Amino acid sequence: MQTVFSVGTDALAYGMVLFVISIGLSVTMGLMRVVNLAHGAFAMIGGYIASYAAQTLGFGYAAAILIAVVGTIIIAIPVERFLYRRIYGAPELTQVLMTIGITFCVIGIANYVFGPTLKTIPLPDTLRGPVDLGFRSIAAHKLFAIACGVVVAGGLWFLIEKTPFGVKLRASVDNAAMAASLGVRTKIVYAVSFAVAVGLAAFGGIVGAELLPIEPYYALRYMVTFLVVVSVGGAGSIPGALLACLVLGGIDTTGRYLLPEYGEFFFYLAVIAIVCTFPRGLLGRKK
Amino acid sequence: MAALETTSPTAKATSSPNRLLRDLAGLAVILIVAAIGFLLFPNNLALLTRITAIALLVLSLDLVTGYCGIATLGHAALFGAGAYAAGIAAAHFDINDPIAMVAIGALGGAVAGLVSGAVILRGHGLAQLVLSIAVVHLFHEIANKASEWTGGSDGLSGISPDPVFGVFEFDLWGHTAYGFGIALLVIVFMLLRILVRSPFGMLCRGIKEDPIRVSAMGASVQGTLLRMYVISGAVAGIGGALNAISTQVVGLDSLSFTTSAESLVMLVLGGTGSLFGALIGTVSFMVFKDFVSAVNPFHWLTIVGALLIAVVLFAPKGLYGTAAQLLNRSRRQ
Repeated sequence: MQTVFSVGTDALAYGMVLFVISIGLSVTMGLMRVVNLAHGAFAMIGGYIASYAAQTLGFGYAAAILIAVVGTIIIAIPVERFLYRRIYGAPELTQVLMTIGITFCVIGIANYVFGPTLKTIPLPDTLRGPVDLGFRSIAAHKLFAIACGVVVAGGLWFLIEKTPFGVKLRASVDNAAMAASLGVRTKIVYAVSFAVAVGLAAFGGIVGAELLPIEPYYALRYMVTFLVVVSVGGAGSIPGALLACLVLGGIDTTGRYLLPEYGEFFFYLAVIAIVCTFPRGLLGRKK
Repeated sequence: MAALETTSPTAKATSSPNRLLRDLAGLAVILIVAAIGFLLFPNNLALLTRITAIALLVLSLDLVTGYCGIATLGHAALFGAGAYAAGIAAAHFDINDPIAMVAIGALGGAVAGLVSGAVILRGHGLAQLVLSIAVVHLFHEIANKASEWTGGSDGLSGISPDPVFGVFEFDLWGHTAYGFGIALLVIVFMLLRILVRSPFGMLCRGIKEDPIRVSAMGASVQGTLLRMYVISGAVAGIGGALNAISTQVVGLDSLSFTTSAESLVMLVLGGTGSLFGALIGTVSFMVFKDFVSAVNPFHWLTIVGALLIAVVLFAPKGLYGTAAQLLNRSRRQ
């Protein structure tokens, strides 16, 4: 029972962190059809900025998160403007190469600036200890990660389903040319959603720093995981990404607890099974 | 890609003696470059042999990515399968004849190609990429888990190949390994030149351009691609076996995602859809890597990244494709 519970909470926390980071990737991939392997790099940049702001500059946790999200978006804007815009609509291979190139660059620069050591983001006291739930207690930062995932899912649902911007976004996803001819400024929609996606990646990188530690190879190590989550969930689908994160987080965490010697074997086996059965992802749309 | 459409009719129009001449010229260039490498770096033949093995991997990747249009980030699975097949044959079954080891490596690679091709070809676009990534990770985890056979993360050791033809012993300097590697490369290269020109190779190109039309003409798209995948696996397996023979150890890194991604980078750097492009990409990437990472290993990643971005933006056809284009343009003027 105890194992079941701790596996369950760990899986939920891990799944939610995956969700916060990869939902941005899912939105950009559904919208702009860019296979963005550099998404994890933005999460890593967020983590580095937060760690720098909290440890060297002495800001509080909340302020560090804010600075990191804004800072990552500021870094991402010229990258979008000068690099990504040239590969919209290009074949997958081109996009993969370009974004792998960006990832390599970010890793090299992060290594040069911050050194190869692991960076931590000090948690505030309220998130440090365990939280008593009455029948069991779990680590506060895991609870915080789960709460963040729920808030992000709800917020994105509201943004996309209920606001005028969401209407334009959905219109551009369905048919960019038609949306543009009806007066939607698709370039601005693209830029804003790219910024939101990058901001969410940075946020997820910080919130998940306890589970996915920040180090220069972060971008490469989890790059595949984020891509897999999006592809399993179906690009552009929020419920799909949520479902994929919970399923894959559950499989990965259970595998690590019960059969640690198999590593990620079951994770990738599940990925192959799911992608073969649902080539458009669990909740992806048919074209 | 557009170059293919424009060059393939002209290639068809040229008469066969001309083609033979070009093949011989290519052969001569490979041998001359190999000889120059031998004379310039007599103390670094291990690196040159490694380049030869990786060149076989990149050639095999070119078969599926360049000629069939399958985007894969998991091609090292075939290379590693060949390396482990040859290594296990030598370490556990006492098959130490290098030529037999290469044959076993090719067979292992072909089987791995059949398995991974059957999985990867089920998807398209993003799903295909993710499947290929999952396949290479799965192979990696299997090799890691079956440590009794593969040595796990310690690597598979205990490979001591016999002399080639019973005459040329594998010496400390790596002379034999290098010669053996170049001989393999030349043979495979000539066979592949014939293959990509054959009706089968043309069919693959046709599938890359327009799979629906090819299937409407009555050819089996999936069957053809799977056959090409098996051939590609055999070529990659030969490369893996060569690596196992020359280094006498097989490590888990031969099955890694990084190796897959790097081989794709080399292919695109040289130019997809051309066997010369694959060779040029491998040699320039590996030499450059050796040079830069000797200076500073961390700058290496930054430079590779910048190089990739530059290739995508300014030379999407790769070094060979861009050079060929420039040459054509100047010839026309």
